[in-house]
Amino acid sequence: MAFKPDSDESVYLRESVQTAAKILVVGHFAVGKTTFIGTMSEIPPLRTEEVMTRAGEGIDDLKGTTGKTTTTVAMDFGRLTLSEELVLYLFGTPGQQRFVQVWEDISRGALGALVLVDPERLDESFPVMDLVEHYGIPYTIAVNRFGDRPDHADEEIREALDLLPETPLVSCDARDQRSSANALITLVRYLQSRLN
Amino acid sequence: MTTPDEPEQEQPATPLVPAYVITNGRSLLDDDTLSLITLVTTAQDAPAVQHLDPEKRRLLELCSGGHLSVAEIAGHTQFPVGVVKILLSDLTQGGYLVTRAPIPAAKLVDRNILEQVLHGLQARFG
Ligand SMILES: Nc1nc2c(ncn2[C@@H]2O[C@H](COP(=O)(O)OP(=O)(O)OP(=O)(O)O)[C@@H](O)[C@H]2O)c(=O)[nH]1
Ligand SMILES: [Mg+2]
Repeated sequence: MAFKPDSDESVYLRESVQTAAKILVVGHFAVGKTTFIGTMSEIPPLRTEEVMTRAGEGIDDLKGTTGKTTTTVAMDFGRLTLSEELVLYLFGTPGQQRFVQVWEDISRGALGALVLVDPERLDESFPVMDLVEHYGIPYTIAVNRFGDRPDHADEEIREALDLLPETPLVSCDARDQRSSANALITLVRYLQSRLN
Repeated sequence: MTTPDEPEQEQPATPLVPAYVITNGRSLLDDDTLSLITLVTTAQDAPAVQHLDPEKRRLLELCSGGHLSVAEIAGHTQFPVGVVKILLSDLTQGGYLVTRAPIPAAKLVDRNILEQVLHGLQARFG
């Protein structure tokens, strides 16, 4: 009994939903991933744990099998029913490289990723940028501007992150639904443009 | 270039029941047939449940209310994703559950899906 969610049908998907899609919301520590998912989700965001083997620091270490210990990594996610037929899940994923196993699982089948970055801590975004590139996930940068520090010019950010000219970069306040939705829309438009 | 560790991620795993007990010692390797966004619900003509482990019965109870993704089932039950996948996969093979597959890899860049996502976002938040 304890496992049945307390109330209502809104826990469950509409009967008509046939297809599930997934977009990743990624970024370094405390950049706003959980906030973003909470802002956008139609259900209270959920959290799951992945029991995983910890295999050193780098992607290359993954293939090795020595000296492993297990650890758990939390990922949080939310849900958006976008049509009678389609549901979109947003998965928040930590950007530290030692969580690569979680990345393999979570990135499989993802349409794309929104990479949240704090312009004051751009260097902390390098590991997560490496991961999206490594897994070949198309992405859009969402600049989460904390507080009222001086604006960093987009060009500065592009240069620091070594972005391709076609990679979109948008500003986004993860606490604001319109702003967050706009970042997702920018990502989806970019994904569409890649098909042409 | 290291980032501060989140304390919770350094703690040892503390599932409600040790994983090796509820999965009967099966490994936690990825089951490719179930992804995080595979949609699951109970089968119409499911066999009797009396002989099933309590964990499996609880999963079935949760799934009986409608469709949920594998990730949501893990989130609601607090079982680790790997454990949930194994249990759900057993239950599916046993005829208790039916799944709706996520988008097949080949159709990932399906125009229709992107279009539906875009229109859905614009309709709701535009
Ligand atoms: N000013 C401002 N603060 C924000 C914004 N987004 C998040 N925050 C705050 O930043 C803090 C961290 O946000 P989280 O959403 O927990 O970040 P996270 O990426 O999930 O963090 P971890 O999961 O610990 O890596 C919280 O106190 C948020 O309230 C934003 O857009 N603007
Ligand atoms: Mg978080």
